[in-house]
Amino acid sequence: MNAVILEAKHIYKQFYDPVKFDVLKDINFQVRAGEFVSVIGKSGCGKSTLLYILSTMDTDYQGELLVDGVKMTGKKEKELAAVRNEKIGFVFQFHYLLNEFSVMENILLPARKLAKKTEAELKERAHFLLNKLDISKLAEKNPRQLSGGEKQRVAIARAMVNEPAIIMGDEPTGNLDKRNSEIVFATFQQLAQEFNQSLLIVTHDPEFAERTNRIIEMEDGRIIRQ
Amino acid sequence: MNTRLIIQIAYSLLMARWKQTLVAAIGVTFSITMFITLLSFMTGLNKLLDGLVINRTPHVRLFNEIRPDSIQPIQKAPGYRSHYHMVRSIKSGNSRQEIYNSGAIMERIAQDPRVLGLAPKITTPVFFNEGNIEITGVVYGIDIEAESRLFFFTDYVVKGQAADLKNVSNSIILGKGLADKLLADIGDIVQLTTSQGEQFRLKVVGHFQSGLQELDKTQSFASIKTVQKIMGKANNYITDIQVKLTDINQAPKLAKEFNKVFEIDAEDIQTANSQFETGTSVRNIISYAVGITLLVVAGFGIYNILNMMIYEKMDSIAILKATGFSGKDVNRIFIMIALGIGIFGGLTGLLMGYLLSSLIDQIPFNTAALPTVTTYPINYNPVYYFIGGAFSLITTYFAGFFPARKASKVDPVVIIRGK
Ligand SMILES: Nc1ncnc2c1ncn2[C@@H]1O[C@H](COP(=O)(O)OP(=O)(O)OP(=O)(O)O)[C@@H](O)[C@H]1O
Ligand SMILES: [Mg+2]
Repeated sequence: MNAVILEAKHIYKQFYDPVKFDVLKDINFQVRAGEFVSVIGKSGCGKSTLLYILSTMDTDYQGELLVDGVKMTGKKEKELAAVRNEKIGFVFQFHYLLNEFSVMENILLPARKLAKKTEAELKERAHFLLNKLDISKLAEKNPRQLSGGEKQRVAIARAMVNEPAIIMGDEPTGNLDKRNSEIVFATFQQLAQEFNQSLLIVTHDPEFAERTNRIIEMEDGRIIRQ
Repeated sequence: MNTRLIIQIAYSLLMARWKQTLVAAIGVTFSITMFITLLSFMTGLNKLLDGLVINRTPHVRLFNEIRPDSIQPIQKAPGYRSHYHMVRSIKSGNSRQEIYNSGAIMERIAQDPRVLGLAPKITTPVFFNEGNIEITGVVYGIDIEAESRLFFFTDYVVKGQAADLKNVSNSIILGKGLADKLLADIGDIVQLTTSQGEQFRLKVVGHFQSGLQELDKTQSFASIKTVQKIMGKANNYITDIQVKLTDINQAPKLAKEFNKVFEIDAEDIQTANSQFETGTSVRNIISYAVGITLLVVAGFGIYNILNMMIYEKMDSIAILKATGFSGKDVNRIFIMIALGIGIFGGLTGLLMGYLLSSLIDQIPFNTAALPTVTTYPINYNPVYYFIGGAFSLITTYFAGFFPARKASKVDPVVIIRGK
C-alpha cells in the first residue's frame, strides 16, 4: 500500500448565513500517493467547501486534516501558506493566471517563492512541464493571448512546479469544451501514471469521474460512497 | 531571495498600471519639488535678511553703558554699613564711554580660541553742517581691515574705495541717504561739528549702503585715528569692541564671561536682535507646513490608487495566497508598490526641486536696499533634500499601510467562490 497523502478525520462545517446549517457532516476519507480520485455530487452538496478546507485555505471547521502525515488543523496562516506552496497544487475552474506575468513567470511564481532550487533548475523544470503538457511554444506569451484549454494546462503546470504531494482541482474542466476537457483529463491521467501524482478532482462530469481510480460521492454534506 | 521576488511582483503590478502609477508619482514629485524649492528660496531669503543684520552685527559687543553706579560711596563707608541708606537724585557717575585698558582686553580676547576676530570701534554723535542746516548723524571710527574681514564692510561701499578711509587722511564714507541729503559726492568736503563744539572738515571718499535706509540716513564711517582726532582723544580711546565668534550660539555664554572677567558691559547678538530669530522661524514653519500639506495630499493620491489597485487585483491576490504566499508577503508586495511610487516620485521631485531652485537662482533681483544681491537668493542646503526624501518615503509608506493591510487580509476562498 502507498503512503497516505491526504487524510480527513471527522470534518464538520457550518454556515450561519442566513441561518445555521451544516454544510459538511463527519467527512472521513484518505487519498494515497498516486491515486487519481474524483469527487462528485449534486450542486450545493458541499464539494467546493470541502475542497477549500482540504487545501488549507479555509480553517474554519471542526475535525482534523493531515497532509503528508502532518496535522494541518491549528497551524498558523503563515505555516499553512508554506504548506500550500510546497505540498499542494491547485487548479481552479477559472484558470486564475496572473495577467501581469508571462506564462513562464506564472509557472515559476510558486517555485521562486519556495526558493529551494537555482533559477536555472527552476527554468529547466518549467520547460520540462511545458513540454509534457505540450505547450512549450507558449512559454513567453501573455496569459491573455491563450485559449481556455491552454490556460488550464498552464495552471496545471504551475500546480506541478514544486512537485506537490497532491493536486486538487475544483471543476477544472467545467469551463471548457469537450475537446479541451479531454486534453486536460488526459493530462491529469498522464501525471498520475508517469509521476505517480496524487490527484483529487471535483467534477460534474460523470464520464470524467468514471475514468478515475476512485469516486467519492457526496450528498447533503456527507460522503455516501467512496 | 524572497525580497527580490516580492520586489519583482510589486514591479510587475506597478508596470501593469503604469499610467495610474505615473499620476501618483507625479503627485509626489510635485510636492517634493515644491517643498525643496520653497524651503531653498525661503531660507535663502531668510539668510539674506539675517545677513543684513548678522553680517553687520558683532556676536558680542563690549562697551561701557552710561548709568548710575550700582554701588554708591555711602555703601562703601564702613561706619554706615548697618544703616539704611536713602540717596536722592543719583546721577550717572560714569560719564565716560571709553573702554579702559582697551589694548590689554583686545589682546586677551584675540587669543581666545572661540573668537574668530575682533574689531575696535568708536561711536560718536556729530552734526553735519550743510549751509545753515544741521543734520544729526553718527560717525563710527573703524579699523577698516578688521571691519571688512569680519563684517563685510567693503561689500556695502557702493561708491568710492573703502581702503581710501585709511589711505586718505581726514576722510569719511557717508551713508547713502546722508550723502544725498548733504549732496556730497566723492571728493567733496563735508563739515561737521562734534558734541564738544569743535568743527572739522572731512573729505568724502565713498558712499555706504547697508540696506537699512534709516541707518543710511545717519551713519558715516571714518578711520579710528580720524575720529580720535576730531574728538580730541588719545590714540587708545575706544568705545566698542566688536567680537565675532566661530560659533554664534556661544555668544550669550561668552558675553557673560567677558562681562565678569573684564568688568564691562557685554551684549550678545541673540539678545540684541531677538526679533530676527522669530521672523526666521516663522518663515521656516510656513515652508515646512506647505511642503508637508502637499505631501499629505500626494499621500492620499497614492492611498486611492493602491486601494483601486487592490480591488482590481483581488484575483491576483487570491491566487498568490492559494499558491503559497502568506498574508505578510502580500502586505509587503503592496508596501513595496507604495514605496516604489514614493522612491520614484521622490527622487524626481528632488531633482526637479534642484532644477527649479537653480532656475530661480538665475532670475535677476536688483534692489537698492541690497547692493550685494543680483539674483534671487537660494539656499542649497543638502539637509532639505534629505528631509524631502525622507518625507516622501514616510508619507508613501503610510499611504500604503492600510491598503496593504487590507490586501493581506483578503480571503482567497471568498474570491475564488465569488467567481
Ligand atoms: N459563505 C457562505 N455562506 C453561507 N452559505 C454558503 C456559503 N458558501 C456556500 N454556501 C452554501 O453551502 C452549500 C455548499 O456550497 P458548495 O459551494 O460547497 O457547493 P458545491 O457542491 O461546490 O456546489 P456546485 O457543484 O454548484 O459548485 C451551498 O448550499 C451554498 O449555498
Ligand atoms: Mg463548487
